[in-house]
Amino acid sequence: MKNKALRNILIIVVVILVILIDFPILGNVKQKIFNRDVTAQLGLDLRGGMQVVLQAPEGYQIDQETLQVASSILENRANALGVSEVLFQVAGDNYIVGEFPGLENIDEVISVIKQTGMLEFVDVGDEYLEPGTVIQTDYTGTKSGSTDSASPEAAATVAPEATATVAATEAAAAGTDTTAADAAAAPATEKIYHTVITGADLEDVFVTAPQTPTDGYAVSFKLKSDATQTFADYTTNNVGKMLAIVLDHKIVSTPVIHQAITSGEGAISGSGENAYTYDEANNLRITLFYGTLPVSLEIAESRVVGPTLGQDSLNKSLLAAAIGFLIISLFMLIYYRVPGFVAIISITIFGLITYAIYLVIPVTLTLPGIAGFLLSVGSALDANILQFERLKEELRRGRNLQQAVDLGWSRAWPSIRDSNLATLITSAILFWFGSTFGASIVKGFALTLAIGVVISLFTALFVTRTLLSSIIDRFKDSDKAKWFGI
Amino acid sequence: MKLNILGKRYLFFFISLAMIVPGLVIIAIHGLPLSIDFTGGSMLEVQFAADKTPAMDDVIALYTDNGINDTQVQFSNSDKGVVAVIKSSSLTQEQHTAIISSLETDFDPNLVELKFDTVGPSISQSVTQRALLAIAISALAVIIYITFAFRGIQHAFRYGVCAIIAMLHDILIVISLGAIGSQLFGWQMDSLYLTALLTVIGFSTQDKIVVFDRIRENSPIMRRVPFEKIVNHSIVQSLQRSINTQLMTSEFLLLSLALFGGTTLREMCIILLVGLLSGTYSSIFIASPILVVWENKEWKTWFRKTKTTEG
Repeated sequence: MKNKALRNILIIVVVILVILIDFPILGNVKQKIFNRDVTAQLGLDLRGGMQVVLQAPEGYQIDQETLQVASSILENRANALGVSEVLFQVAGDNYIVGEFPGLENIDEVISVIKQTGMLEFVDVGDEYLEPGTVIQTDYTGTKSGSTDSASPEAAATVAPEATATVAATEAAAAGTDTTAADAAAAPATEKIYHTVITGADLEDVFVTAPQTPTDGYAVSFKLKSDATQTFADYTTNNVGKMLAIVLDHKIVSTPVIHQAITSGEGAISGSGENAYTYDEANNLRITLFYGTLPVSLEIAESRVVGPTLGQDSLNKSLLAAAIGFLIISLFMLIYYRVPGFVAIISITIFGLITYAIYLVIPVTLTLPGIAGFLLSVGSALDANILQFERLKEELRRGRNLQQAVDLGWSRAWPSIRDSNLATLITSAILFWFGSTFGASIVKGFALTLAIGVVISLFTALFVTRTLLSSIIDRFKDSDKAKWFGI
Repeated sequence: MKLNILGKRYLFFFISLAMIVPGLVIIAIHGLPLSIDFTGGSMLEVQFAADKTPAMDDVIALYTDNGINDTQVQFSNSDKGVVAVIKSSSLTQEQHTAIISSLETDFDPNLVELKFDTVGPSISQSVTQRALLAIAISALAVIIYITFAFRGIQHAFRYGVCAIIAMLHDILIVISLGAIGSQLFGWQMDSLYLTALLTVIGFSTQDKIVVFDRIRENSPIMRRVPFEKIVNHSIVQSLQRSINTQLMTSEFLLLSLALFGGTTLREMCIILLVGLLSGTYSSIFIASPILVVWENKEWKTWFRKTKTTEG
């Protein structure tokens, strides 16, 4: 190999790189590059917590988009309730898997799922309310008469954050100005506001593309016929005032009524710096249309894992793996001598690279995931053993060291390639299987196995081979029996 | 060629059958020891102090008071006390709370609830179906891949089929082990068991391909030699690698995990240990011999009295 030096340099660069990722050094730099903390993500079985699988009642046909929407609504609710690090994921055709680390009480989980989102358009007069502000309204489930809200007493300060404008669809084309001058920042806490219409009055909500390049996306809505008149009357009388969009008594947005909306069709748009991106507009659309969950969900499966059990397993299993690795190292040294030593280095590099990839992707580490990793260690070892057995064969046939290393590699390669590719195919099927019905166990296992197999191909055929051919120059052919254990 | 492994092939087939049949008999009598992952229901794992453990009948009575009549209880000792695993049909949240508080007041106020899982019947059904589908698709994919990878030699398709037959052998060994374990240690086939089974499948094909690779390599070189001898020679050549890899992957790592690792993984490690051993065994003693049986079309002589093939 002519470019032996180059290969060695490449190995050293890779090792330095993965060591920087693996160990807690340069935390700030890594945070900037990856935009998050680069630390190991432990799965529920290692840190304790609760997993629920939600399912639409039997007989319901739901599409992927609906599930996705329900999943993101659930996540928003959980975050709003202050449950930390909750993860909701769509699994397969009709499941949503929710993971609640550190949570063991199913009642809290149920409260997230059972919470009914209620959407209201609320008359706030001239008062600008920050998103997130909790308010009381007069809406109690039936349409009551109008209870006029008291005029706001808070001092009118300029609120440049006022984000949106309600305008008739036709007017939206003309471009809108945000009238924010008379918005008030401080909300009165005990005030009861009047609800003009609710989410139940919406017939359709959709995102519309920007009319001019300077505009953002807009969220257009169409009211049901019986609400059209109510909304027309209200907007006619309140041009220039604000209409808050309120979900579960929390302000989502406080747009200004730009002109009367009599047709029952309107649009909500930002302008200037506050123009909506597509994602923002789409989020607002989802909130408006699906304030309540688009499907009713029931808990099909729930699991609680005590953190003590998980921690106990993790520490013990790590120790066990260390013991196992020590025995393997001893065996490799005694049986294969010099190549055995190279294999130990190669396997260590394999471990460092694999762990770095887990951190970068990031892969959530679970006990089955660790089992998958250990199996891939086995696969990496097998690739080394296959090479060394061929190497020994060639040495016994009287080849010199350099020839034996090259021949050993080229003879072992087809079996390493085909056996590992077959494992990759199997792990791909397992990954699909795991993701389809939310068996995160199987999925985690398949993912770590697949990553491990790919990296083991690299280390066995690049690292082992390069290091071995760099090191053999130091041994005489006459000493091969002693150093290569034939 | 000192070692004549293939000559005793029917002996090895018999050994495998002797390992598989007892487990299948147990399954025929008791059914598969499926966990709630596949059957649906609730599983509660509670740890009691050793001197405050309730009797099995007390637990069953407590469940009956809460309207559950199909309770199964198993106790096992751990270093921190006695762990009770209670299986029943699905508990509601109220029933669960009531049972835990009764256990606390009647037996051990400091009990530790290790686990409470509830799986609905519809989701467990889809797990089982998809698991079978996943295995079927994996098998098909492996046959196709091996047929492609071995396209250079005669009857490439046979190698894929033999790999899958040997893989089925490994699956049956693992299932048999699970059934025996269920009788002796109260093991259950849960999603971790399924993961172990899928691992065995992955390892099994990987190992078959390594052994078959030698046959692929030797076939063009040893054109005049009978197929049986080529196969035997290839097995002997790859024997050292088979033993070493087996030692590395399962014996050293899994044994230390099974012995020193956390309790959560112990059952899985033992199943993997036996399953991976079976994977190596079946490469040498099942998959390759079947190739020879197929090549010789030996089934034509199976029902005759003369034993021409057995060495």
